[in-house]
Amino acid sequence: MWVLLGIAIIVAGFMLRFNPLLVIVAAALATGLAAGLSPVAIVAAFGKAFNDTRYVSVVWIVLPVIGMLEAYGLRERARTLIGGLRGATAGRLLAGYLLLRQATAAIGLTSVAGHPQTVRPLVAPTALAAAEAQAGDLPEAEREEIKAWAAATDNVGLFFGEDIFLAIGSILLMKGLLEQYGIVVEPFQLSVWAIPTAIAAFAVHGFRLWLLDRRLARTKGRETEA
Amino acid sequence: MITLQWVYGLAGAVFAAFAVLGLRDAGNPRRFRNGAFWGLMAASMWGGDRFGDVGNGLLVLALVGIGARGLGRSDAGEVPSTTLTARAARHGNRLFLIALAIPLTALAGTLLFKQFPALIESKQATLISLGLGVVLAVAAGGALLRAPLALPLQQGRRLMDQVGWAAILPQMLASLGAVFALAGVGEAVGGIVRLGIPEGSLIGAVVAFGLGMALFTMVMGNAFAAFPVMFAAIGMPLLISTYHGDPAAISAIGMLAGFCGTLMTPMAANFNLVPAALLELRDEYGVIRRQIGTALPLLAINIAFLYWFAFAAR
Repeated sequence: MWVLLGIAIIVAGFMLRFNPLLVIVAAALATGLAAGLSPVAIVAAFGKAFNDTRYVSVVWIVLPVIGMLEAYGLRERARTLIGGLRGATAGRLLAGYLLLRQATAAIGLTSVAGHPQTVRPLVAPTALAAAEAQAGDLPEAEREEIKAWAAATDNVGLFFGEDIFLAIGSILLMKGLLEQYGIVVEPFQLSVWAIPTAIAAFAVHGFRLWLLDRRLARTKGRETEA
Repeated sequence: MITLQWVYGLAGAVFAAFAVLGLRDAGNPRRFRNGAFWGLMAASMWGGDRFGDVGNGLLVLALVGIGARGLGRSDAGEVPSTTLTARAARHGNRLFLIALAIPLTALAGTLLFKQFPALIESKQATLISLGLGVVLAVAAGGALLRAPLALPLQQGRRLMDQVGWAAILPQMLASLGAVFALAGVGEAVGGIVRLGIPEGSLIGAVVAFGLGMALFTMVMGNAFAAFPVMFAAIGMPLLISTYHGDPAAISAIGMLAGFCGTLMTPMAANFNLVPAALLELRDEYGVIRRQIGTALPLLAINIAFLYWFAFAAR
């Protein structure tokens, strides 16, 4: 049972925000010692596994391409596209952004959009303006809520789009881990399984954005009656 | 024959370029650390097979030592925003087309290269075509954007330094899985988990895996870290060994169940707390509150997908 010490160290170490690299090494040492391995044997086992899973870090060879495209205005182009999103309502605008974010993440462009790049300068203000066009002036609490919706939509789009791209860290981490257990899979086999969830994420979040639009419309209705 | 070694050769060259450019980055107060860190990664890619197991282990310890002390970065190489806007207007959607070269090449190569097993190591077709896609995209950039060859490397170095030591986190976690496997962690946890899951209940095991991924991710703030733990505990011993589920579907959908957990935890500060601050929300949990309503149904859907795609539909 002492081999479980490693899991406890991982959980506690990440929770307490120690440097994750140190936490992983500590967990490997504790697990190996508990299983009766010598420190040298543990270092060797970890080194062998690190060498066998080098392809996990091969993903970073895409950075020069992304850096090049960003130097030629990729982010600015993405901003123009997002700025051109027409939906008139906050919900439809955010649903359009969700789709765009999922689609760009799925081709590996996880960093063309994001909270500092697009949400703060673009998505949040446009969604807010649309919401006020729908419902009239909103109280501060509701303004905050719309902005939070913009940030939430970005996260949902990123998380449930990026795993469709086969050269992303999580896909190769899975490939590497499976191989440590003697199972060989292609990154492609893993990334296709992200597609059903991506569709479901768009459906669920999109439905909630539609509900948001309905609520904003009702707010407008109440105001006109009063 | 083109093998994975070619891809490692390319990756080593890219890391070596990051190391050299990093060392020459005078604006970075920690440039020697950056140079050493990416230099070690280049050495691993190029020479890892000749270092021996202990040698590779020491290389990892050196990477961890440097990484834990922290890398630096500078704003060297940043392009002024007026230039960016002008270039974006000139090149338009062509930029997205060049970006598409990578996934399209990877997809085409994965399907095509299998036809030429004598020329290309077909087991690694995806990674080899990824490398090819990167080369093609850089070439396309040179042709269509007139980007000089040094530019992608310099800009890549800049982005790499922004990622910093976290770049090797996935590889470290995959390696930790090897130590877990060696020490029999899966069997030990599996024994405990089996006490909680009704004997012989496939649905019980699937639910435990999906929920476990989400919960461990919430506690640790990181689905990558939760994955080796839950895979050793339930994924491998129960779902794959006992119930013979499809390993690819189990892993991929399990990871996405973990992402549902990421949406619901303040531990994932980058995604959930930093944006709240960036948008000047008074409620620092405002973003998480909007996400729970998506995360919970999606978690249930992922668990259903897990059952359906990995077992029922096989």
